[in-house]
Amino acid sequence: MNTTWRIINGRIIDPINQTDQVRDLLIINGRIAEPDQTVAPDVPEIDAAGCWVVPGLTDMHVHLREPGEEFKEDILSGARAAAAGGFTGVACMPNTQPVNDCKAVTALILAQAAQAAVRVYPVGAISKGLEGLQLAEFGEMQAAGAVAVSDDGRPVRDSQLMRRALEYASDFGLTVIAHSEEPSLSKGVMNEGAMSTRLGLKGIPTAAESIMVYREIALAEFTGTKVHIAHVSTAMSLDLIRSAKARGVRVTAETAPHYFTLTDEAVADYDTNVKMNPPLRSAADREAIKLALADGTLDAIATDHAPHSILEKELEFDTAANGIIGLETALPLTLALVRDQVIDARRLVELLAVNPPAILGIPGGTLRPGAAADVTLIDPKREFLYSEEQVVSKSRNTPFLGWQLQGRAVLTMVGGEIRYTLLG
Amino acid sequence: MATGSTFSHHHILGIEQLSTEDISYILSTADSFKEISARPIKKVPTLRGHTIINLFFEPSTRTRLSFEVAAKRMSADTFNISPSTSSTTKGETLIDTARNISAMHPDIIIIRHSCSGAPHLLSRYVDAAVINAGDGAHEHPSQGLLDLLTVKEHRGTLSGLKIAIIGDISHSRVAHSDIVGFTKMGSEVFVYGPSTLIPKGIDQLGAVVCTSLSQAVRDADVVMTLRIQKERQDDPLLPSLREYSREFGISRSVLALARPDALVMHPGPVNRGVELNPDVADGPQSVILDQVTNGVAVRMALLYLVMGNM
Repeated sequence: MNTTWRIINGRIIDPINQTDQVRDLLIINGRIAEPDQTVAPDVPEIDAAGCWVVPGLTDMHVHLREPGEEFKEDILSGARAAAAGGFTGVACMPNTQPVNDCKAVTALILAQAAQAAVRVYPVGAISKGLEGLQLAEFGEMQAAGAVAVSDDGRPVRDSQLMRRALEYASDFGLTVIAHSEEPSLSKGVMNEGAMSTRLGLKGIPTAAESIMVYREIALAEFTGTKVHIAHVSTAMSLDLIRSAKARGVRVTAETAPHYFTLTDEAVADYDTNVKMNPPLRSAADREAIKLALADGTLDAIATDHAPHSILEKELEFDTAANGIIGLETALPLTLALVRDQVIDARRLVELLAVNPPAILGIPGGTLRPGAAADVTLIDPKREFLYSEEQVVSKSRNTPFLGWQLQGRAVLTMVGGEIRYTLLG
Repeated sequence: MATGSTFSHHHILGIEQLSTEDISYILSTADSFKEISARPIKKVPTLRGHTIINLFFEPSTRTRLSFEVAAKRMSADTFNISPSTSSTTKGETLIDTARNISAMHPDIIIIRHSCSGAPHLLSRYVDAAVINAGDGAHEHPSQGLLDLLTVKEHRGTLSGLKIAIIGDISHSRVAHSDIVGFTKMGSEVFVYGPSTLIPKGIDQLGAVVCTSLSQAVRDADVVMTLRIQKERQDDPLLPSLREYSREFGISRSVLALARPDALVMHPGPVNRGVELNPDVADGPQSVILDQVTNGVAVRMALLYLVMGNM
């Protein structure tokens, strides 16, 4: 397959290299080349007029369901959805069956991923079987290819185990990704407030998240280790993260597009496609998240792509599974923030492309000459109806079906190979 | 006799979806049906040949009996199903059940379920009219309507009244339907109870949250109490029923704060000596049994009106 290209007429946005200008991008043999490097005159051209040319996006928080629940998603289908959404890399959470808590499962995921459309980075478990009792073997998983550790999907209840996880992970330079939730407060199914009262659904207070966010910060601060907070949903958590960063704690944080797009008002019809954990919060929380994306309190946007079949979703709200798919809608929903002038284009690239690989300590996020040519072309104006036929994921559990969206990836390139394109 | 032509609802999922005109129409229809239950032969042919299924996923004696009596007095064929709560673990979902029942072409499905929103889910998968007989902590519209009918009979109006609701507001679908219903009809609803049982944002449904029992009850036209439970699913709500009774129970002396002719109501079953002192529950101001009688009339009206809109 050809991996040498000249991408012409595009607006190159490459924050690490302080670049935001319309010029050509030259790719030779799957790597970014110096713009003035001499090449054969017949290098194939990709016309990116009207498009942004950015480092390939990395989604640092997805659930690919393989091994174990391939009827919802598998590594190949999830990777295709990622490519269609403009992502060139994804980090997949360990709550599979079996759990990715040992090198054999990590190796199995990477073996499958060899054929995938995008780069797949396994996240290992913090605790064996996600049971919160014993540490998993971080060193062996890392040697097999794991890039971080997390018990995502459930909190680490035991604070001593969390402390030890932070300390032990630091020996390997692994990032600990915290699912911050106080279990005794989070027995509900949606945000606790006027809406949960109106619907008669049991609520989850914002304090359920922020109490645990503070625990992670306190432990990271005390031990001098780094911690990454997954799927932040509340204003109170953001205040805690903001002040921790100000005093030098090594904390980073992500949110998901649904938290800056929707509020708990969306639950009005008991639509289980808006049931997720943490739940959609109030309008005030949503506005606080937008502000935190702009001011740097939040470092990354990650989808928490969580495929479920109708078997888990066409149910009473109380019994339906948590989570929605997100790989194909993250970029358009983030582009809406640029249109609304919440963030600028450069900040979008930082949140989706630059910071996630930096947090995980993996390559990517730059168009520096010599780097692998992981590149995404974004047409910020292209409109489309996100209909069921459009969905690339195996699952359809998203509240954004039927939405008219503006802006999307029109070409996704991994190592110079085109893995997805809408261009002629 | 009402024709149903001005009533446009196929399903009765909650009082929230009903307009004041709908509510008045249901109440006047119910009022006209009360006479049937007073006849020696308590049966009219109105719903002859219609199939009504009582689909009760939660145990219920009173509400199910009331719906069944209402249906039989109108000559409908009624069937009771109480799927075991474990049926979902056997792989049968609510939608499976709904599709199976729907294939037998019922006209009305009356559903009670412990999950809020279950009737809404059901209504999307069946052709039959769906009547919510209580869903989780959400709504219990027929109970709300029978409460409205009872107060209207005794007071002659539903506007300008002070309704006090005391007790577990958090877990009560009756309180929820009553707050919405009485507020819509122009009365003010004052709620009071231990803070552990007052849900966040209840004021946005129209209720006034009180800070003392006397504030709630003083000059009230109606004093309604709700059945209390000490704890639910490991949630420590109250230290003891004894203390609840002392701090939040309605005694004669508390009731004396209300209007002299205030009505005492309770959706039943009453914990005598907990939320209501026995002399209040069975006293002259109690209309608890009128509520039960009116329940049949309101349910006859609902069955009749939704059938008028098939």
